Amino acid sequence: MAETTGKPRSFQEIILRLQSYWADKGCAIMQPYDMEVGAGTFHPATTLRSLGSKPWAAAYVQPSRRPTDGRYGENPNRLQHYYQYQVLIKPSPPDLQDLYLGSLKAIGIDAELHDIRFVEDDWESPTLGAWGLGWEVWCDGMEVSQFTYFQQVGGHDCAPVSGELTYGLERLAMYVLGIDHVMDMPFNDPDAPIALKYGDVFRQTEQEYSRFNFDVADTDVLLRHFEEAEAECDAILGQPADDPKTGHSIVMAHPAYDQCIKASHIFNLLDARGVISVTERQAYIGRVRALAKKCADAFVTTDAGGRAA
Amino acid sequence: MPDLLIELFSEEIPARMQARAADDLRKRVTDGLVEAGLTYAGAAGFATPRRLALAIEGLTGESPSLREERKGPRVDAPEKAIDGFLRGAGVSRDALEVRDEKKGQVYYATITKPGRPAPEIVAEVLEQVIRTFPWPKSMRWGAGSLRWVRPLHSILCILTDEAGEAHVVPMEVDGIRAGDTTEGHRFMAPGRFSVTGFEDYAAKLKRAHVILDAGERAAHIWHEASNQAFAAGLELVEDNGLLAEVAGLVEWPVVLLGQIDAEFLDLPPEVLQTSMKEHQKFFSVRNPKTGRIERFVTVANRETADHGATILAGNQKVLSARLSDAKFFWENDLRTVRDKGLEGMGAGLAQVTFHNKLGSQADRVARIEALAREIAPMVGAKPDLAAEAARVCKADLQSEMVGEFPELQGLMGRYYAQAAGHDDGVPEACEEHYSPLGPSDEVPSRLVSVTVALADKIDTLTGFWAIDEKPTGSKDPYALRRAALGVIRLVVENEVRINLHKVIQDRIAAPHVVHDLLQFLSRRLEQVLRADGVRYDVIEACFNTRGKVLKDAQKEALELDAPDILDRPFGEYDLFLVAERAKALSSFLKTEEGENLLQGFKRANNILTQAEEKDGVEYSFGADPKFAEDPTETALFDALQAAEAKIATANETEDFTAAMAAMASLRAPLDDFFEAVQINSESQVLRRNRLNLLFTIRKICLQAADLTRLEG
Repeated sequence: MAETTGKPRSFQEIILRLQSYWADKGCAIMQPYDMEVGAGTFHPATTLRSLGSKPWAAAYVQPSRRPTDGRYGENPNRLQHYYQYQVLIKPSPPDLQDLYLGSLKAIGIDAELHDIRFVEDDWESPTLGAWGLGWEVWCDGMEVSQFTYFQQVGGHDCAPVSGELTYGLERLAMYVLGIDHVMDMPFNDPDAPIALKYGDVFRQTEQEYSRFNFDVADTDVLLRHFEEAEAECDAILGQPADDPKTGHSIVMAHPAYDQCIKASHIFNLLDARGVISVTERQAYIGRVRALAKKCADAFVTTDAGGRAA
Repeated sequence: MPDLLIELFSEEIPARMQARAADDLRKRVTDGLVEAGLTYAGAAGFATPRRLALAIEGLTGESPSLREERKGPRVDAPEKAIDGFLRGAGVSRDALEVRDEKKGQVYYATITKPGRPAPEIVAEVLEQVIRTFPWPKSMRWGAGSLRWVRPLHSILCILTDEAGEAHVVPMEVDGIRAGDTTEGHRFMAPGRFSVTGFEDYAAKLKRAHVILDAGERAAHIWHEASNQAFAAGLELVEDNGLLAEVAGLVEWPVVLLGQIDAEFLDLPPEVLQTSMKEHQKFFSVRNPKTGRIERFVTVANRETADHGATILAGNQKVLSARLSDAKFFWENDLRTVRDKGLEGMGAGLAQVTFHNKLGSQADRVARIEALAREIAPMVGAKPDLAAEAARVCKADLQSEMVGEFPELQGLMGRYYAQAAGHDDGVPEACEEHYSPLGPSDEVPSRLVSVTVALADKIDTLTGFWAIDEKPTGSKDPYALRRAALGVIRLVVENEVRINLHKVIQDRIAAPHVVHDLLQFLSRRLEQVLRADGVRYDVIEACFNTRGKVLKDAQKEALELDAPDILDRPFGEYDLFLVAERAKALSSFLKTEEGENLLQGFKRANNILTQAEEKDGVEYSFGADPKFAEDPTETALFDALQAAEAKIATANETEDFTAAMAAMASLRAPLDDFFEAVQINSESQVLRRNRLNLLFTIRKICLQAADLTRLEG
């Protein structure tokens, strides 16, 4: 069990403290989604669950991949694979700002000594057809979180509105722990019998994936996978709602959405490989958005999507 | 009379929206109150990151009652009609009055609309204002449907009577009930407190670590920051935009002076400044002796027990991370240009699409280079230098620094051109060829810069015109209006004599497209001249002399299907000449002589035009001095002869002030002539001769400018 007072000593302690803080505030602590995504927002616990009228409260760590940010493990704070901490509460509670500030306190950021500011930053995800208004939260001039009130997702108005918090965990932890290079950050307790640093865990993978993402990933295969994911998404959603085997109505919004996630990640890889021109880029984003929109349309017809019983 | 205090307390309002919102709140509420019949003595709006406030002094306690008299049906009208009238007027039968009128006895009703108390009106107006507030972007939150810029938490709305007692205005918007309480600083003074009026409110806020007035916050920041810089022997770099923004990010500004790590002090000052301002909202602090940026000022939103030490340390660390990125880019870029030159740095431009119909950035650079070489002699620059500058002017778009900070394009080009050993105005041209970026941006004056700037903009204009991507309405995605305005300002302010027509014609095949572009350019010229205070009709008058074509030629070309108009001489498309002529005419008309001459010209022209219409001839036969009867007539002959020669010479040498002066010399003889002589003489010989004389006057004056276009 993580300590809840004093300064945290490791990357994982910060994660554990966030988990226990948000569990304490009533969130369902979920696990990462088992697919490659660009950000925690892609987890269906955020994208799909922010739709419809059913209340929701979830928090989770989401490993995220941004192939173009790979730096072979050499840049002090850029990584192609990193962790986000994500909180989504629907409807957004009136004291969400205070809850958020409480989470900073839980990981050792004392508002009595630091300068914490909410600076305008409107969020938009062209691939998800989503946008919201909010802030980036600054601690002593550093962005430590994104704070967003979702207005639209997958082309649907959010009603009620979800409040979304996203913490960039490596950056936040480096700040709290006073570390200058991400690879030097203690991953587990520095006094553990086998003390591991972030670099012990991830330096090699950063090198391997940087090389793969930039130079090796087979673009023909990727292009084909993109088309296949797109077709599969359409095929899934094209099925009639009534399942002939069980006789129940089963709309397959989640399996279809998996294909949307897949297409989105493949697009990011193609982008990193530099084979997408400026004009094509918009077209690809539009194709992923079209998938996200269809999945959202399907989800709101399901029970979890708030379909009237 | 009571005072009204309103506060709308919310989560953090974007800094850029605050000032406008405070103003909108004041305007909309006071408008609503006045419309409902209240008056007030004064009103002031305020904004902080978490609140909009409005204080209204001397509000009337209620709206006046109104009486209205309404005429009804005759007394003997059917019952139904009388009942209908009663319902409509909302009065009972015994309240009606009977009056004798010509047609008989008629009912009258007096309707009294009682005045309404101020609280009722305020509640109504405020709710309406909140529900329809013009935020640039607004949002919903929670399960509600109200829209505000960020979640709205509380409403304070009180009327304070003359005894100083506060009364909460009863109202509610989407479940938020108005009260008399607010909150202070989020961290330094949590908890709610109640207030009794504006002074009490402002004073208690200050005790709760909130400075209500944005101007006061900005002044405090500026004062503190200047003092701290001064104490360190340095000076603050002025930046009013940043100051206003920072004042909108804090309720309790605390100024902290920070260090920049020594290893970054050799970066170009603009890189330091941009990185600090854009990402961190830091002010730059400069050494007045060396001009180097050596420290920074950050503004925190709170005091702390350690006097800001933790906050400053954090900010310095973030800045160092940012600047080590910048330094890394700077050093990589310098290595690239030293090894491969600027052309080497720009090699990748061949892979960057400029526009899918206009080729790559490298194709564009090649076009700009050819154009720069061609127009350099017209500008007075050396063609080789202009071509060299054009060849490298976009290379910095491929630098790592510009990749990270796009706003440094051009500037980095200058630094890298210097590092690559370019000289003779080439580095400056790399920076300045983007200018002018708008109507108030400075226009370059170095000849190489002017040449490349013109070539860049003309290439953009001809390129997009050729593929029919012109601006429409408010849509101008390629900033073509700005490019055209840039061409005009470069030409006019540097007195460049460029044959735009030929340059454009060489690049666009279709004559009507060439003319469309020339016309577009001429409209920008009008814009520039109008901004200089030259009247619209004066500009018209000057377009319609030798330079008339721009408007009429297109019409003619289309009507006559006669593209030979395109072969008109150089001067007719010379925008610089049009501008010079317009300026000279404009100042001439501001003198008494100019004004009088114009009147004389108009009189002459009117008489002549009428006579020509009546007689069906043009009196262009030339007047004969031997028929001059009156001495004033002879004098006018002499004056015309002298003026004609002078105007011809002046036009030849493009000395328009001299042309105007020559016209001015006609004023006295013309006045005397009209005074002494009757044009429509009984003698047809005299009459014809005088009309022919007037024709000469018109002809001569029209050489200077088309005075018939002038108003007044």
